[in-house]
Amino acid sequence: MSDSHAVGATPLAIEHEDRPELRHHFADVEQQRNAASLGMWWFLGTEIMFFGGMFCGYLVYRRIYFPEFAVASKSLDLFVGTFNTIVLICSSLTVAQAVRAAQLGNRKLQVRMLLLTLLFGLSFLGIKTYEWGQKYKEHHIPTFDYNVIGGEGDLVKGHEHLLGIDKVKKDPVKLRQREAEIQRHTKIFYSLYFALTGMHAIHMIVGVGIFIVITWMAHKGRFTPEYHTPLEIAGLYWHFVDIVWIYLFPLLYLIDRKPGS
Amino acid sequence: MSEHSEHIVSSKLYWLIWFVLIVGTVVTALVARIDLGTYHGVDANTVVALLIATCKASVVVLVFMHVKYTSEKMTKAILIAAVFWLLLLLVLSLTDYSSRYAG
Repeated sequence: MSDSHAVGATPLAIEHEDRPELRHHFADVEQQRNAASLGMWWFLGTEIMFFGGMFCGYLVYRRIYFPEFAVASKSLDLFVGTFNTIVLICSSLTVAQAVRAAQLGNRKLQVRMLLLTLLFGLSFLGIKTYEWGQKYKEHHIPTFDYNVIGGEGDLVKGHEHLLGIDKVKKDPVKLRQREAEIQRHTKIFYSLYFALTGMHAIHMIVGVGIFIVITWMAHKGRFTPEYHTPLEIAGLYWHFVDIVWIYLFPLLYLIDRKPGS
Repeated sequence: MSEHSEHIVSSKLYWLIWFVLIVGTVVTALVARIDLGTYHGVDANTVVALLIATCKASVVVLVFMHVKYTSEKMTKAILIAAVFWLLLLLVLSLTDYSSRYAG
């Protein structure tokens, strides 16, 4: 910043009649841009703490009940999960390209990239809904119908050794005890799975809402190479949500996918 | 007043980052199917998966989120502080629980 921004020399409010997007309490566009961007970064800092708490809880339980978590993780569809990760990465690319188009003053490209972003974001949510639907059918949603032993969403078959079932097979009392444990412990996995992916999905829904407004603003030609702060900081938010998923994917889907385990 | 022009990242670099992220995702999914063994009770597959995820997150932050190009020092300060806090939470909690349930 140049010296003209020294506190004493800056009046409290300046009417920028030629620049309607520049608020009167900022000295110039750059100062306004930095303040807005900084605000978003502070918010993302709090978001890291918010998701961090849930990640921490997940990691602690995963350590304590590792066999149950590993088996429950296998019930998630790896192909769909990988595909959804790719969809989200594509949406991050289109956001970055939209910001670039705004920097270059290319309105058409900007709107096109933003529409693609919305498409990718909604696709992600659609695929997620399909996955949750599968979990509902398998009785894996931690509610009254929850069941992972026998029936449609059976997790025990093929994993008797990993879950320690084969050791207690001959003793019906111990077997029933172990089965009750497996029900409880896998329930913790699915509770965390739905809490984490659900919280991520809420962030995606908010992101889609924000980007509908941003796309409308871009369509109206509100963003110029000098001023496109709303698009830029909305992009920061979108990339952050992408990063959360980059960690959720290996942690939830890939606990143990080794053959023969 | 001189208007600082912000850095415009080339489209090619964005596509390159996109490619790296896709490759990272596919590699993560494929490597998970190979048994990399266990070292001192730590599953190597999990370590590799999280390392790849951290590389992916880093390029997103640096290039897509423009942290590499920003002249604003506070951005980096906030980022480092947030990540430091997160590591404090994770490392201290996990060492605590790891030692409690040892064996």
